[in-house]
Amino acid sequence: MTDATLSPGKAVAAVKRPTGASIGPRWSNALFVAPYMVFYVVLLVYPLFKGIWMSMLESDMFDDTSKFAGLANYYRLFNDKIFIGTVWNTVLFVLMTVPVFVAIGLLLALALNRSDRTSATLRAIFFGTSVLSVTIVTIIWKMMYMPGNGAIASLMRLLGLEPIAFITTASLALPAVAITTIWWIIGLPMMLFLAALQQIPGELYEAAALDNASRWRSFWSITLPSIRRTMLVVVIYEIVAQFQLFGQAQLLTQGGPNNASRPIVLFIYEQGFRSWNLGYAAAASEILFLIMAVAALAQFFASRKRVEE
Amino acid sequence: MQVSSIELDSVSKRFGSVEVISELSLTIHSGEFIAFLGPSGCGKSTLLRMIAGLESVDGGEIRIGGERVDRLPPGARGVAMVFQHYALYPHMTVFDNLAFGLRNIGTAEDEIARRIEEAARILEISHLLKRKPGQLSGGQRQRVAIGRALVKDPKAYLFDEPLSNLDAALRVRTRVELARLHQQTRATTIFVTHDQVEAMTLASRIVVMNARKVEQVGTPMEIYGRPATEFVARFVGSPAMNFLPVQVNDRGGLASAVLGDGSIIDTHVPVAALPGGDLRVGVRAEAIRVRPDGALPGKVEVVERLGDRTHLHIRLMDGSTLVAEDTGISQVQPGDAVRLAVEGATAHLFDAGGLAYHARQ
Repeated sequence: MTDATLSPGKAVAAVKRPTGASIGPRWSNALFVAPYMVFYVVLLVYPLFKGIWMSMLESDMFDDTSKFAGLANYYRLFNDKIFIGTVWNTVLFVLMTVPVFVAIGLLLALALNRSDRTSATLRAIFFGTSVLSVTIVTIIWKMMYMPGNGAIASLMRLLGLEPIAFITTASLALPAVAITTIWWIIGLPMMLFLAALQQIPGELYEAAALDNASRWRSFWSITLPSIRRTMLVVVIYEIVAQFQLFGQAQLLTQGGPNNASRPIVLFIYEQGFRSWNLGYAAAASEILFLIMAVAALAQFFASRKRVEE
Repeated sequence: MQVSSIELDSVSKRFGSVEVISELSLTIHSGEFIAFLGPSGCGKSTLLRMIAGLESVDGGEIRIGGERVDRLPPGARGVAMVFQHYALYPHMTVFDNLAFGLRNIGTAEDEIARRIEEAARILEISHLLKRKPGQLSGGQRQRVAIGRALVKDPKAYLFDEPLSNLDAALRVRTRVELARLHQQTRATTIFVTHDQVEAMTLASRIVVMNARKVEQVGTPMEIYGRPATEFVARFVGSPAMNFLPVQVNDRGGLASAVLGDGSIIDTHVPVAALPGGDLRVGVRAEAIRVRPDGALPGKVEVVERLGDRTHLHIRLMDGSTLVAEDTGISQVQPGDAVRLAVEGATAHLFDAGGLAYHARQ
């Protein structure tokens, strides 16, 4: 027993074992994370800070000169009615789409959470639109919305109604983009909800049936609490994704009429790559980044509090 | 306290073209503790779920307390079920788990609180009421699941393999508690299990099922002492009953079984009842003892020591094997040549179809 007692004062970290293994930091281990770190720094950290720096420059892309301008770009942005309009449009678009993604995604998932062939086919169809490119999607919906001989206009005429010019009416252009977007990528929230629903043990519903729970009560007391985390994921993901609205608006309405459907990213694109105001575009990007971060964080903290209860 | 009988009348169940239960009739008396015992896939759980209303009934009738229930939804049948994986609502506290069913039928809150307090006291879970299922151990979850049944004061309790998720020590303890609980409530109880010890120790009657049909219904000692078929004889009892092919001679009206090596077991089975054709004698290990004057010679191959007794796996002269029992302090070693004495009074004979023939009672 006494033989095994360690002599006092011997530093454990310095012990060199006979096999050659040593306890303590070994910097060669960093090689294992190096590939990831390189890409992370080059493709994420560097552009992030470069973007912040650019937003404080006044650049001229024609003669490739730039000078430090402090917060001048930001000051200009907050006084730019068109930019404020695009922020408002984007927020409105997020409010129009995200709740619908959650509600319809969940409804579809509930309806198709069965193992028969019809449900499997419908699941594939609803998810199928997500793989289409934005170009195809906007072409399809342009054919739907066209006031002359579009599908909706033809249908309305058939019913004896006056056709509505969705894309060229200021109050309807953004909702039209929203409907197109929902049709396009409703498949993802549906699939996420389906995966969550299938994780709920069937025994819980059987126990609830024996407990005289109505379908509504089972949904409220078992289904909803069980998919709360997935709902949080869907909400955060869709907020982040829909704040970046670009392709549908550019191809369907070009931001019009009269900027009624112009989102922030389209503004950034036009400032940066059409008007060559790179610093101004970078400043708008930073504001979009801030809005998205705040929205996602607020949702995350609000939901985490409830989940932990 | 409600007590109700349960009657199954020619009940059938099909999954697609496969008939899983055919024309099964059974009466469970009021206050009885019945075990459905059988290997997995024998239809015992399906039968229980049909009584609960979780599976439809394709033919026949189910009556609980005289009232026909096979068309009623599960909640309207007045039964409570304890599931194998407990099926506690994970997002509710233990109290809300117990209250859920009562709230759904509009029970007054003070009555709910009174019943939960009572059940929690009986099951010793009063200190757990504010916790969620995820914060409980397996045994505590089991108690909550039983509590959820208890507060409903049901006409019958249905247990679907409730002990199979517990560790061995806890299983034995919970078994005793279930027996005690039944003695207190005297409620009609159906208990599905594949474990013969659970069935033997808990049930007042056992329904042994195999391959979609009932093999035998009887008290534990009837099942053990007078198994109706070879399946029951093999399934109940550990080690399984020994089977040896025999020729039968008439010895004063009783069958005298001649083994392959010529040794004789004098059974008490009446010869008159026996059919022609191949017969086998069935003897339990405890009826085969090592004795210097035994008639049956054999060689010990394996010695299993269980402490209180010892099981000897023995090869007979004709090459067949059997398991004999010896005392816990047995000196027998593998490879020993031994002589065995077989107690003929407890031997059974089985025909080619597996049907059993017993001594007169």
